[in-house]
Amino acid sequence: MKLENLYNDIQSKISDDKHSRRVAFKQAGDFGVKAALVSLPFVLSSLLTKTAGAKNTSATVVEVLNFALTLEFLESAFYQRGISMGVIAAGDAAVFNQIVQHEASHVITLRNTIISLAGTPVSQPTFDFTAGGAFPDVFTNYATFLTVAQAFEDTGVRAYKGQAGNLMSNPGVLTAALQIHSVEARHASEVRRIRGQKGWISNADGGGAPASIYVREDNYVQGGVDVRTISSVSPQAITEAFDETLTMDEVLAIAGPFIV
Amino acid sequence: MSKQEIQNNTSEGLVEVIKTPISRRNFLAFTGISIAAAGVVSLGLQGCKTDDIVAPVTGSVDVGKNDTGVLNYAYALEQLEAAFYIQAVATPYSGMTGAELAILTDIRDHEICHRDFFKAAIGSAAIGSLVVNFSSINFTSRASVLGTAKAFEDLGVSAYNGAGYYIANPVYLELAGKIVSVEARHAAAIRDLLNPRSADFAGNDVVDASSGLDVQRKPSQVLPIAAAYLSTTVTANYLP
Repeated sequence: MKLENLYNDIQSKISDDKHSRRVAFKQAGDFGVKAALVSLPFVLSSLLTKTAGAKNTSATVVEVLNFALTLEFLESAFYQRGISMGVIAAGDAAVFNQIVQHEASHVITLRNTIISLAGTPVSQPTFDFTAGGAFPDVFTNYATFLTVAQAFEDTGVRAYKGQAGNLMSNPGVLTAALQIHSVEARHASEVRRIRGQKGWISNADGGGAPASIYVREDNYVQGGVDVRTISSVSPQAITEAFDETLTMDEVLAIAGPFIV
Repeated sequence: MSKQEIQNNTSEGLVEVIKTPISRRNFLAFTGISIAAAGVVSLGLQGCKTDDIVAPVTGSVDVGKNDTGVLNYAYALEQLEAAFYIQAVATPYSGMTGAELAILTDIRDHEICHRDFFKAAIGSAAIGSLVVNFSSINFTSRASVLGTAKAFEDLGVSAYNGAGYYIANPVYLELAGKIVSVEARHAAAIRDLLNPRSADFAGNDVVDASSGLDVQRKPSQVLPIAAAYLSTTVTANYLP
């Protein structure tokens, strides 16, 4: 199959049914087009690369960084839009001005890092922050904005954490990723507090954010041991004391509806 | 110690780190990862009970080598944090609000959980119970308690961030990642109590504005800071 035809085929499947996206990508990956991914738009290349690579290897460092860059683009554009739309309460402006600066810095840092590793940074996609209508008032209703903000931050924390193992071959990149990861966690805590939630995740409670973001957060088993058997703190406290990981596929499924 | 020395947080600095060759020791450790990852990883859980009586370490203790050393290092810091919050909740500062008590109680339980987990995970290789020295903390003062809490949480975040690359076993790295983000959540919450709804929850004193990176510190930079609150001398002679 010619690559151009394959690309058109994928594009038509996306326009037909956004939710069949990942299925289409998996099918495309079966044709072994990994080498041609450079010419595809970022969503395709990141997903295809992951799918093609998943058969026998884990994601490369550059693939992980492009995955992270995609999430940072999402967050950065989201907060920029929220600020420009005036949805943020005046009393919280300092918080979101700080967050938006961090997300923009993360984009720059990740891009520079990818380039330094001789990789090609993905381009910024077009976003739909209503997620296809699921959050229609995201930039006019502050409560909705905060819910989506919490969703993005908690997802970001879990996404970086889930990729740490794939960065172990490069200590510098791993350390930088951890340094971004903890910033996302600070953001998540603050947004949760503004929402009147705890700064940490209790059980699998997302406080109205999509449940898919909080799968396994009610976990009691760490490193193969049920922590309830070795610590006297409450089961809820155990779930709060450990943030869980998300796989790349899980994160892409969460982020997918926000990407046009 | 200046901020410059401990952070190395600019984009340029990051590139420098990336270009730095992996040392032979680290390279050897990394080549072993795939073997470890393929097999079942044993955490060496010994069925420890939290009420096991362990004599406190009154002199000095070294955390040890390799992954055990990193885990003991984390265990030491979690012991310190747990002891602090146990005291902070047991003797509330004057004027502590219900909301503040709830936050400090939650954090206390998280740190106890971390402490207990590391003790069990490290098993027979675990260091003993450390003796803390909180003489510099005024537990009746909100500013002293929350200021110390902020320092401990930020220190913990920087310690996990800086030690992650030294972990050879990906399962341990993931566990450290599961804990460090909770420490960062604590740090932001404490900072929000001190200066509500400001930029301080992730202030420029800890997050470099140009790179967006949080602080990271080596054990050799963390332990001297922690030493001010410990009677036991904790060393990490085999860690960076």
